[in-house]
Amino acid sequence: MRYIDDTVIMKRMKTRLNKNRGWKALFFTGTLFALLCLVILLVRIVSQGFGYLDWDFLTNFASRFPERAGIKAALIGSIYMMSIVAPVSIILGVATAIYLEEYAKKNKLSDFIRMNISNLAGVPSIVFGLLGLTIFVRSLALGKSLLAAGFTMSLLILPVIIVAAQEAIRAVPQEQREASYGMGATKWQTITRVVLPAAIPGILTGSILALSRAIGETAPLVVIGIPVILQFLPDSPFSEFTALPMQIYDWAKRPQEEFLYVASAGIIILMIFLVIMNSIAVFIRNKFQKRY
Amino acid sequence: MVKTMIKNENTMKNIVQSSQNVGEESIIINDQNKNTVFGTKNFNLWYGDHHALRDINLDIKENDVTAIIGPSGCGKSTYIKALNRMVELVPIVKTNGVINYRDRNIFEAQYEVEELRTKVGMVFQKPNPFPKSIYDNIAYGPRIHGIKNKKVLDEIVEKSLRGAAIWDEVKDRLNQNAYGLSGGQQQRICIARCLAIEPDVILMDEPTSALDPISTLKVEELVQELKDNYSIIIVTHNMQQAARISDKTAFFLNGEVVEFDNTDKIFSTPTDQRTEDYISGRFG
Amino acid sequence: MASQGSGNGQSIQDMIAKSRNSKGKKITEKLMPILLFIAALISVLTTIGIVFTLIFETFEFFQRVSITDYLFGTNWFPFSGNNPTFGVLPLILGTLKITVIAIIVAVPIGLAAAIYLSEYASDKARRTIKPILEVLAGVPTIVYGFFALTFVTPILQQLIPSLKIFNALSPGIVVGIMIIPMIASLSEDAMSSVPNSIREGALALGATKFEVAIKVVLPAALSGIISSIVLAVSRALGETMIVSLAGGATPTFNFDVTGSIQTMTAYIVQVSSGDAGYGTTIYYSIYAVGFTLFIFTLIMNLLAHYISKRFREEY
Repeated sequence: MRYIDDTVIMKRMKTRLNKNRGWKALFFTGTLFALLCLVILLVRIVSQGFGYLDWDFLTNFASRFPERAGIKAALIGSIYMMSIVAPVSIILGVATAIYLEEYAKKNKLSDFIRMNISNLAGVPSIVFGLLGLTIFVRSLALGKSLLAAGFTMSLLILPVIIVAAQEAIRAVPQEQREASYGMGATKWQTITRVVLPAAIPGILTGSILALSRAIGETAPLVVIGIPVILQFLPDSPFSEFTALPMQIYDWAKRPQEEFLYVASAGIIILMIFLVIMNSIAVFIRNKFQKRY
Repeated sequence: MVKTMIKNENTMKNIVQSSQNVGEESIIINDQNKNTVFGTKNFNLWYGDHHALRDINLDIKENDVTAIIGPSGCGKSTYIKALNRMVELVPIVKTNGVINYRDRNIFEAQYEVEELRTKVGMVFQKPNPFPKSIYDNIAYGPRIHGIKNKKVLDEIVEKSLRGAAIWDEVKDRLNQNAYGLSGGQQQRICIARCLAIEPDVILMDEPTSALDPISTLKVEELVQELKDNYSIIIVTHNMQQAARISDKTAFFLNGEVVEFDNTDKIFSTPTDQRTEDYISGRFG
Repeated sequence: MASQGSGNGQSIQDMIAKSRNSKGKKITEKLMPILLFIAALISVLTTIGIVFTLIFETFEFFQRVSITDYLFGTNWFPFSGNNPTFGVLPLILGTLKITVIAIIVAVPIGLAAAIYLSEYASDKARRTIKPILEVLAGVPTIVYGFFALTFVTPILQQLIPSLKIFNALSPGIVVGIMIIPMIASLSEDAMSSVPNSIREGALALGATKFEVAIKVVLPAALSGIISSIVLAVSRALGETMIVSLAGGATPTFNFDVTGSIQTMTAYIVQVSSGDAGYGTTIYYSIYAVGFTLFIFTLIMNLLAHYISKRFREEY
């Protein structure tokens, strides 16, 4: 006697196939939902804010009157802040990655540093704000300055840059290092002339993505106490300043409806920054993939 | 002009070498009138607990092609990587015993490993050019050692590429990425890169194992040409290759040297039964 | 040749030997690892800084407020003039409301997207959709907060008339949308690393793709999926701007999701944007709340780490 009855199997087959089709549609809907959210979000903001975007908006300072409100101080402030964050976080991040990948021996200390970095990446950004408030604003007496905010943001994105740089350095094949050592190159020569040049596209891509996160972060700035209504531009790293997300947050909280449109216009500017930075990251990735 | 330059270069190299070799007559071991480049005495090496090389004693002569054969895992690659201390890149390696390069123990504390590797070049199993232009690949060695003059570098690049018999194939695209070349060309670029610092010895770790037969043949011919000016130590898994190109052959088994002799002798009348079993294909 | 170029009859090895005597090279070799190590210590110092800052200021807070009142109190009225109360439970409850709603939204959708991308989508579709999800993950939270307040809340009010302007539901849903890419992307990674040979074994027996996904791939990738969810929970716990904008500032101790709430993060933002003077009890309270939040997220992060290490599938 046969254990397997073909007719029963074929009968079940139909329901099984239908089930497969049904679930596939459901999974696809889930994916679509996520994409749809992005589309709705972008369409909403652009349609709300586009009307308020004009030259005056970029060149005016903040104002109590929505029609006169501008984003100048926030825009310049964000750019200044990023010009502190970028060198500090990239230099520290790449240096740490080189240490961990090329120099650190496999021991308790380096394990601890690695573990520490992965935990630091999971600390909420608002806690970094508390750190910045205590250490930079108060203990080092930097006040609510560009430097205090820049250092806080640098520490916030440091783990992301370290991990990206580690991956890029690890992706350089060991044979490349051997070739260099085989010619009598020292370790540092090998790192600067072989490992880093090959890893730079990956490092830059990861760093730019991390920096684009720093530009949109709001919570640490709120905690540090960055002001919002400023009628002047910062003139030194020790100056007070305001930043794009702070300005948007302030507008979004206001009760007048017009300010919601102003906030949307601000968000458009912020998103343009992010799109530009992401495009640069993608461009670097593609360009160097071709060359190497 | 370039040919004469190469000749000049050769004579000059010989002069340099003979001046280095003054007073070394006493250590000539064989009947051949040749100096020893690498003298290995009671050399042992461990990877952690694994005893990879046991009591190696081997004298390698200059301007010979010395082939090292043996089944995989016998320690042949480990041995030549010990000769330029590349084994030390593996953190768990321990050694004892002596390897003399030109009468100086390379494992002595004051020996700068960079200096050793400047004299002892290496070509690897898989072609490993840098992802840079062909020119920058060849100029890498001279540059890290402080040669910056563009004219000198140009000459070194051309001479090295000619030396590696690849000049005609790449002379029109020196600024192109070396990764655009075929595997065989890449390996000859790696040989040229090695020649660019005019090493005394060239170590080759199965240099043709990743190449097709025609590229293999080109590399083998190249080895024959290079032996006039360089001492070459080549690890190979291919016994025919060892028989074709080498003067001396060492047979390694389980981390020991079973037999070391003239290649003709090894392949015609080996003394040890294990050597005979291996070369007649009974194992390995 | 090289001799002609340099004009004085040197071989390359001679030139090398000549330039070797530079002392700078040796100093660099010795110095660089030390400098790099110092850079690596910055990340350790950051952690130490965070922990010590939180502990010291929290300790100061507990000089003024009893630790049991803080941990077990159900009233959080720090601003009520002469009789402020600091019972943290309402803030924790607010945070948990947001997190639970977010997870209810994000886990099914994130997993559906992950299964679709890993098991059904063509290579081309995957290469298009994954970067779009990354964009979704890169949208600043302030933008999500604005979206919750001005778009999601009004829509929900149409459906649930009793819904207040500030509520738990809308920011909860939007936090969920924010963490979808995280769950989708990390779970997809876990599922893609299940070797194809295992799938083919099941497919060759006549299993449908759905059966393979649910009975073969999902169990094999379970540790990666769970750790992605735990990480997403940690993100939701610490999310600040969405809940500050759309959640309100009313710490309540009930299970209602239609009314205004306050999370731990939103409280810190409320105090920071106001002008609570340095050295007041309210000032120290943000550190105590921050510390509480830090402990929550730390536990989640360690848990995620443990799960992915401990239950890693070996193929």
